[in-house]
Amino acid sequence: MNKLAGIMLTETSSPLIQWLWRGAMVLAGIILLTMYYDVFDYYEVGIVVLTAFCMALIGQNWMGIRWYIIVVGLLSLFAIQRYANDLTLANSDFFLNYMLASQSAFMWMSALFVMATVTYFAGLFLRSEFTQKIGTALTWSASAMGMIGLMVRWKESYLIGPDVGHIPVSNLYEVFILFAIITSILYLFYERRYQTRALGGFVLLVISSAVAFQLWYTFERQAHEIQPLVPALQSYWMKIHVPANFVGYGAFAMAAMIGVAYLLKSWRQSVNPQGLLATTLPDKAVMDDLMYKAIALGFAFFTLATILGALWAAEAWGGYWSWDPKETWALIVWLNYAAWLHMRMTKGWHGRPMAWWAVIGLFVTLFAFLGVNMFLSGLHSYGTL
Amino acid sequence: MSETNNLSVSRKSFSQRLFLFLGSMDLAITLLLALAVASIIGTVLQQNQPYSDYLIKFGPFWFELFESAGLYDVYSAIWFLSILVLLVTSTSVCVIRNGPSMVRDMWNLRTHVQRKSLRAMRHNTAWTVGSPAEDTVTKLESNFSKLGFRVKQTPKTDEVLVSAMRGGMNRLGYLLTHLAIVVICLGGLMDSNLPLKFAEWQGRINIETRDLPLSQIPAKSKLAVGSQAFRGSVNIPEGQSSSVVFVAMRDGYLVQNLPFKVEVKDFRIEHYATGQPKSFESDLVVYDDDLAEPLTTTIAVNHPLIHKGYAIYQASFSDGGSALSLDAWPLDGQAGNEPLSFDSKVFERRMMHWGDNSSQLEITSFRPFNINPDPTEEDPNNVRNFGPSIEFKLRSNTGEAQEYQNYMLPVTRNGRDFYLSGVRSSPADEFGYLYLPLDKQGGLTGFSHFLQRLYDKKVVDEIAREMTSTTLNSVANSDEKLAQSLHDTLMTLVEMFVAGGFSNVTVFIETTLPEAERATLGPAYLSMLREILARVYVNGLYLPEQQPPSESELLFLQDAVDAIGSLPRYGSPVYFELTDYEHVEASGLQIAQSPGKPIVYFGCAMLIMGVFLLFYLPQRRFWALVKVNGSQTDILLAGMSNRNPREFDGYFEQISDELKLTSGNSSPH
Repeated sequence: MNKLAGIMLTETSSPLIQWLWRGAMVLAGIILLTMYYDVFDYYEVGIVVLTAFCMALIGQNWMGIRWYIIVVGLLSLFAIQRYANDLTLANSDFFLNYMLASQSAFMWMSALFVMATVTYFAGLFLRSEFTQKIGTALTWSASAMGMIGLMVRWKESYLIGPDVGHIPVSNLYEVFILFAIITSILYLFYERRYQTRALGGFVLLVISSAVAFQLWYTFERQAHEIQPLVPALQSYWMKIHVPANFVGYGAFAMAAMIGVAYLLKSWRQSVNPQGLLATTLPDKAVMDDLMYKAIALGFAFFTLATILGALWAAEAWGGYWSWDPKETWALIVWLNYAAWLHMRMTKGWHGRPMAWWAVIGLFVTLFAFLGVNMFLSGLHSYGTL
Repeated sequence: MSETNNLSVSRKSFSQRLFLFLGSMDLAITLLLALAVASIIGTVLQQNQPYSDYLIKFGPFWFELFESAGLYDVYSAIWFLSILVLLVTSTSVCVIRNGPSMVRDMWNLRTHVQRKSLRAMRHNTAWTVGSPAEDTVTKLESNFSKLGFRVKQTPKTDEVLVSAMRGGMNRLGYLLTHLAIVVICLGGLMDSNLPLKFAEWQGRINIETRDLPLSQIPAKSKLAVGSQAFRGSVNIPEGQSSSVVFVAMRDGYLVQNLPFKVEVKDFRIEHYATGQPKSFESDLVVYDDDLAEPLTTTIAVNHPLIHKGYAIYQASFSDGGSALSLDAWPLDGQAGNEPLSFDSKVFERRMMHWGDNSSQLEITSFRPFNINPDPTEEDPNNVRNFGPSIEFKLRSNTGEAQEYQNYMLPVTRNGRDFYLSGVRSSPADEFGYLYLPLDKQGGLTGFSHFLQRLYDKKVVDEIAREMTSTTLNSVANSDEKLAQSLHDTLMTLVEMFVAGGFSNVTVFIETTLPEAERATLGPAYLSMLREILARVYVNGLYLPEQQPPSESELLFLQDAVDAIGSLPRYGSPVYFELTDYEHVEASGLQIAQSPGKPIVYFGCAMLIMGVFLLFYLPQRRFWALVKVNGSQTDILLAGMSNRNPREFDGYFEQISDELKLTSGNSSPH
């Protein structure tokens, strides 16, 4: 059975490692639950169990994510340890100040993502497998620093005040980081599975753009300051609605960037079949398949996220659907990809038109994610610029 | 949704063709995209705003055009609903057409395949083993079962077919997702306001657009208690209750009766240390004949109360008619000398009479605190609580209104205390502020006393006479005529000043004095005016003989003169001093009944299950044809998958390797 399940992936871990990993996640979950048994409510217990389960599942055959989870976990715990109960240590403690305080970690993340983008492209143009491997390492590091930053920010919010504390997915600044992390991890998953690093630069390009925006947002608007939650956001739904949404956004963004690579390759092939891009980029069939995989994954999670959003809306706004601009744009994104998937799965469309459509889809998604908050008014006013 | 059909177009009847059209993939994709594009309209154009706003925004021509296209409530416009209905129909037809074969495909192990078709499959392999055919079949069966396949063997003429399948539930994914869309749309339809629109079209109900008290709203605008869906809101002041909610419809509303009464005991806003709101909560009591005793509970944002299927949400808050105690201080000569004390309430209107004039006082709001940037600080982030304030309008008999904003607590400017009152003639303007100086006792008595003395002809006459005589005593050749003229001028100047401030006096100087004398006499007039104003004030202090006024009294005089000078622009004959208040808040509740909700949620569960089954559970089939070949046994293995053809390459290889290993000694063909 194990072997069969593992066939899905290009390589599998030994059963011993798998069981050790699952055991470790169960143990971590149990320790957490016993430590905080008194303070956790029903939903928080549920979230811990769900998180442990997901991490056990995703890590059982993927060595990279296992190290990622371990490193993020240990460094986050270390940072929290350094903080003790004094937020001002962020500027005086050596480790916090230069590495692990959320702002420092985010700066590391930003720098590493930009470096990874450059390295991936350099590897592609130099046809250097080694350089591309460095790109992968940089992406893992960037993603880890981002995740550590979020974890530490979570703690920092509680240091500001017990009533201020909340999971850092509550405003545009925080979800931009979430977007960068999730997109990079999705990419790394497929990079390993398809054994191709040539697409790294393309996917990282969209992440770097997000990082650039987030830096502007930090320095121009002071958006990094931790703000308490408005009453409408004080809900356990936020913990699952927002991350599920960003798996969707991240996957759609990745599909679009693969679409760009596909179109580039298709164009270069017709101009110069022996040229650099025509030969170094993966097979068109591989990219086509990846694009489909990414959109299917995004669609599944976006469906889940939208439904979770409806459940939350029913509790907060008095109705599961209000045709609020954000809701409506979520529907538009959903309909767009539903049409894409029908074209692909039942009409069997492939290739350039679908790649173009995936790229256009990114703009629709981008509007739902950012444009609605910038240009339209409605109930989702938390994410305003 | 299948594109294949064997019937030729010409032989099909109309209904068959309609059925095929409705179930076609092209229509489905067109509808998905059409719905997406149509949905954009309602996000770009703000929905369900007051119609007057649209009229101002678009002008009469476009306003009517947009109204007839239903653009102010796109999502219940007929054409929009038609797209939805078509989509649901198209999806239903797809399910009806493809459902039966999908269900069969879920279980059917396809035992009728021929050797030829197996050979034609992309994935096939063959090998020979030494063991007898029966053993091989048993081994294959048990191996497939171990690998999680459903297996069935079918004896053929001289061979045995072993059919195996995994992931048949993938087909269930198709059914679930498509049925989910139909279920969700039907549930949503139950919760829409479509039945109300239908009733309105039939003339059974009438949308009310006037602002009426509940008792005067006609019965045709009231909806009886029932199981129908609605979503309405109501503002309930603390200590009061309601058994209706108001359902907004287009540019008006309907009244929905409730089978219970909700009382708001208390409404609270809690704040974080930084001043941002932390929670909005209401203590409610629900009175219902079906309850043994009234239900007492607290609701907050994200924590509604569900009672009998009615959900009660904390939606907003407003003033609930706070009780105010006011002192009206007269600012002109007519209103008398003493302040008039009276009690009022927020949202109350009352006629105020002073002398021959009257105007309507309309108190529009009360704020228990005002956190504003401190003007004395450089940094605009330094905010301070300026205390309670009221806003009100004074409407004259002609209907024009000025808007005022009065603060209850004095503000300190240059070390002196003032009452602050803002005035503006339209909400688009900024407030201009009047600063009324406070006397030593911290009240308005000193200012009012001074003002009334300036209005009092007798007082001014006496002071003017006294001033004339002291002035003329120092002049060598004075006569009666000059004295009278000076006295008259002084009287006129004071009258001019109280009527129109310094600007009025300047106009008077410019119009009455000959141009030649204006340069010399103008400033003289102004200093004479200041002198007499000071005399009126100091005289009113009743100081002991020879004692000069103190510095603070002189500063008060200066502030009072400034204030009186700007009174004409202030426009109100009285100043309303807020002396006491009792803050009453109103909680804005949203009450909804959505009978379609369980159906929609059920549909959502189907959709999530379906989507994951569809994408992540590939349906994989294998066939092994086992045939005796002398003392040996030949095996032909073929396989197919409906998802991930690329991954199936590796999968097929692994399965075939596994089977070859375990089915005995093999030698490939």
